[in-house]
Amino acid sequence: MHKARHNPLNSIAAHAALLTWTAIALFPVVVILINSFKTRKAIFREPLALPSADSFSLVGYQTVMRQGDFFLYFQNSMIVTVVSLAFILLFGAMAAFALSEYRFRGNALMGLYLALGIMIPIRIGTVAILDLMVQTGLVNTLMALILVYTAQGLPLAVFILSEFMRQVSDDLKNAGRIDGLSEYRIFFRLVLPLVRPAMATVAVFNMIPIWNDLWFPLILAPGEATKTLTLGSQVFIGQFVTDWNAVLSALSLAILPVLILYVIFSRQLIRGITSGAVK
Amino acid sequence: MTALKLENVQKSFGDIHVLKDIDLEVAEREFIVFVGPSGCGKSTLLRVIAGLEDASGGRVMIGGRDVTRTPPAKRGISMVFQSYALYPHLDVEGNMALGLRQAGEERKVIAERIATAASMLSLEPYLKRRPAELSGGQRQRVAIGRAIVRKPDLFLFDEPLSNLDAALRMATRVEIARLHRELGACMVYVTHDQTEAMTLADRIVVLRDGRIEQVGSPMELYNDPANQFVAGFLGSPSMNFLAAGPLGAPGEVLGIRPEHLGVVAQGPLRGRISHVERLGGDTNLLVTTPQDETVTVRLFGQHDHRMGTEIALDFDRARALSFDAAGKRLRP
Ligand SMILES: Nc1ncnc2c1ncn2[C@@H]1O[C@H](COP(=O)(O)OP(=O)(O)OP(=O)(O)O)[C@@H](O)[C@H]1O
Ligand SMILES: [Mg+2]
Repeated sequence: MHKARHNPLNSIAAHAALLTWTAIALFPVVVILINSFKTRKAIFREPLALPSADSFSLVGYQTVMRQGDFFLYFQNSMIVTVVSLAFILLFGAMAAFALSEYRFRGNALMGLYLALGIMIPIRIGTVAILDLMVQTGLVNTLMALILVYTAQGLPLAVFILSEFMRQVSDDLKNAGRIDGLSEYRIFFRLVLPLVRPAMATVAVFNMIPIWNDLWFPLILAPGEATKTLTLGSQVFIGQFVTDWNAVLSALSLAILPVLILYVIFSRQLIRGITSGAVK
Repeated sequence: MTALKLENVQKSFGDIHVLKDIDLEVAEREFIVFVGPSGCGKSTLLRVIAGLEDASGGRVMIGGRDVTRTPPAKRGISMVFQSYALYPHLDVEGNMALGLRQAGEERKVIAERIATAASMLSLEPYLKRRPAELSGGQRQRVAIGRAIVRKPDLFLFDEPLSNLDAALRMATRVEIARLHRELGACMVYVTHDQTEAMTLADRIVVLRDGRIEQVGSPMELYNDPANQFVAGFLGSPSMNFLAAGPLGAPGEVLGIRPEHLGVVAQGPLRGRISHVERLGGDTNLLVTTPQDETVTVRLFGQHDHRMGTEIALDFDRARALSFDAAGKRLRP
């Protein structure tokens, strides 16, 4: 029965397209990875060749480990990304719940105001933000970055999540109210699990830009103790000489945590589709 | 004592006035059914009683207690929803236990009540299953079980059977009637299914546009409706409304139930059969009169009428109802 509807040619074409896309998307990553294990000469002689016994070298990684506080940068990036994501998801979901669940004066206006942030890039406000951080004494703290990234991520998070929360059955929430659950329990136990796929989407969309950002770390937290990985890697890129081994090794290392976070969220994405509450 | 008393209840959403001057008294152990066309405010009224919506005016009293400002969990009610609304992350037992745990009941009491409810509803084999692993009918039984374990003074049902198929609906209907007898609690039930309303209710409340049109026992409403709306709303096939003048009856409109019409050789009504419905037990004829009115005739048993034939009809004058131009009943 399935065969009748599935034209094998279509299936082949779809797979070919997907494979091509995967290859294109993975190509730069693979090039970075294989070259990070090669000597500098080998990198430039044959950038696409796999490391051989001859060209294999860990010099890049050794430089990275020796240079500065690479692990500290790593840790900083991790803290900033994870805490920002947690804030975006928590506050975004709470705001979305309020907007979608409660009738109050100015509800629509508030939604519009929050959505405005989607269209205005936060970097436009850099000078004002820097000024604010200087006055509050938050310059060169991770908190500065976390606050900025949270603000940056919230509009889209609220927008996406409130759309999803509107679809959660009213009856389910009302059943909870009749059983005496507080609004917080209803939010955390009944509604959040049902919008988990949307939460994962928001997390994945926000994660990469935060992890990769160079702009705000450079401006708000350039101090040695608060450098993020992206900023820390810049020491290997000089105006005249660039230590390519080190740059590639640093980049390879930087991919790992993002990969891990992504795997966590994407599993939620798939598993989170709980059904059966309502017909 | 009254189980539920509504005094002049009002509800508006912004400018939309949904419930207007609702006054109702429900006795203990009574089974009350709200019926009315879609959008007339049945669910809204039920939600006001439950406390899920605040009344814009008036008072709600449950078991003699003014609960107008009381949160839903403290009103001594349980509610069963059309969409079941089971907690997807809890198994059947957890679903039934949640409300009691929130109320701080002892473990032993909770276990006992769940056991009783489960045996009443034959849910024992499913106690450890999640809602996703149950059929529609089983889910609705769990939802009813969740309502029972709380031992409420008042049960609220919002179209609980409308997601079930016909056979299951009948079985569950019988089950709800049995539960009502066994539990002896007051039940308020919203439906737009005629059969459910007629078979379950001690009294039916007919609503239209947010107002109560009439309250009474099913047979009272059927035999003695206060107006044309109620007369037309109850009964299936519904009542025929014909111009009263030509039939020599008082008032503007004459209402005749389809079963009070009969096929005769000579009669006051004539027409052509435009459609025949054979249901086995009954035969329904749709007859078009020369004035282009359609008259439904309900004959008991099986009859051999053919489409397109001209027939004459007579009716039981004693049981026909007269209405004035505004649809109000004219009593002799
Ligand atoms: N939250 C709300 N905001 C504005 N209007 C509402 C709201 N809830 C209900 N209404 C309006 O109140 C009226 C009554 O709605 P209600 O759901 O009570 O109807 P109902 O009798 O239960 O209909 P049905 O038989 O279709 O379930 C409708 O006209 C509806 O549009
Ligand atoms: Mg309704």
